[in-house]
Amino acid sequence: MSIFTNRDGSRDGHHKPAGYSAFDLFRRGLLGTQWPRAWRSHDLKPSYDVVIVGGGVHGLATAYYLAANHGITDVAVLEKGYIGGGASGRNTAIIRSNYLTPEGTRFYDRSVKLYETLAADLNFNVMFSQRGHLTLAHSDSALRTSRWRAEVNKLQGVDSEVIGPEEIKKLVPYLDTSEHARYPILGALYHPPGGIIRHDAVVWGYARGADAHGAHIHQNTEVLGIEVANGRVRGVRTNRGDVAAPVVVNCTAGWSSLISEMAGVKLPITTFPLQAAVTEPVRPFLEAVIVSGTLHVYVSQTDRGELVFGASVDPFPSYSMRGSLEFTEGLAGHVLELMPSLAKLRVLRQWAGLCDMTPDFAPIMGITPVEGFYVDVGWGTYGFKAGPVSGETMAQLIATGKTPPLIAAFDLARFAEGRLVGEKGAASVGH
Amino acid sequence: MILIPCPWCGPRNVSEFRYADEAKVRPDPNATTPERWRTYLYMRDNPAGWTTEKWFHRAGCRRYFTLERDTVSNAVRAAEASREV
Repeated sequence: MSIFTNRDGSRDGHHKPAGYSAFDLFRRGLLGTQWPRAWRSHDLKPSYDVVIVGGGVHGLATAYYLAANHGITDVAVLEKGYIGGGASGRNTAIIRSNYLTPEGTRFYDRSVKLYETLAADLNFNVMFSQRGHLTLAHSDSALRTSRWRAEVNKLQGVDSEVIGPEEIKKLVPYLDTSEHARYPILGALYHPPGGIIRHDAVVWGYARGADAHGAHIHQNTEVLGIEVANGRVRGVRTNRGDVAAPVVVNCTAGWSSLISEMAGVKLPITTFPLQAAVTEPVRPFLEAVIVSGTLHVYVSQTDRGELVFGASVDPFPSYSMRGSLEFTEGLAGHVLELMPSLAKLRVLRQWAGLCDMTPDFAPIMGITPVEGFYVDVGWGTYGFKAGPVSGETMAQLIATGKTPPLIAAFDLARFAEGRLVGEKGAASVGH
Repeated sequence: MILIPCPWCGPRNVSEFRYADEAKVRPDPNATTPERWRTYLYMRDNPAGWTTEKWFHRAGCRRYFTLERDTVSNAVRAAEASREV
């Protein structure tokens, strides 16, 4: 039973975030004046109905949907740094839903659907570009998995099919599809609705939307402890003071084990850094997103013309976000295996983000043994693309007290009860 | 470069090694409950700071050993009983 059911009828109108006018854009373009901040700063109140730990896309989307869908607006989002500064700003911004399990496919498909209308819903351009997504198969077993995934996807109504090297060559002319490559390309899983997005814009859009509904976004506010009494969460301690709250949601990535530990909840999570890199910008030549599991690499070209490269997670767990030369060398070699013509392109910068890996490569969402303490964690290498649907379903769970069917399979209890989801085949390198 | 102190081979580049999980006690499979066994299988401390781990020297002596590592700075030091796993 939820503490919020009495509020469901009290929605005081719709606060859709205001649009930006073309005239304003023109005027500011001429004058060169700064745009005002899209969300406000507040003093930390001594109590809130809901405290969300983590100001990334998951936390901000949860705050937004709590207000927009359920009328719960007394919400604080606590972020220890700046919003979108963690995994939300460090991922490679790839969106897709061609997963391996029916649970995963359904879940991520809902996320793609939300992303498709997100710019209109938030009145904020998130630059979602559905340019197609190719998962290359370099071996018979990879091709078999691609067929398996395509069939699972089709059954769930997701556009996904296996194509051969000739069709791949038509989509990506610069790809080495010859038989003389070290790992010849035998085929690919083609997913037309997949694509890339401006990840910062998604964070800012949700922040602006949540703010317009009345949620408080607190940056530079670090959670130092979580108060639990008689099996119920009571609030959090922060570097800016204590906050009482009957509901605390852990929406962190990288630090999710440490935050949950504060409430006495142990998680099956290991934190690994994942490194990515970006090249100098060049003219648009790469339409689709290219993923190769065998070569542990994925490549896409941003709207600015830079190539974004990502890889698999580092070989041992760490909270360090430093890059390594070993990674850059390996990555460059793998990219050149796919597109030898890029040999002269220079890497502009590299960075790392933290990935909370779970044993079954599926997230952990929902209730915990501590009443009122919810988790939306374990997002490994697939958290950003799940931002909207996670916010929507977590808000629904908090508001109604009932676990939405879409996330029922991702509960924390599955590990103790031995019901793992088994998404590894499509999630490990398959960004 | 991170140098790992192998108790048999001395300090070597980290790329010669494989991380082999947090150091923890394996319950006796014949005398445990499914819940305790799954806790051993899946649950992790995942600390930010010094921790004790098992590593495998795959491109060297191919033996397991115990290592202490700071997961924030990646500083390493030999565990007191580094040859025991």
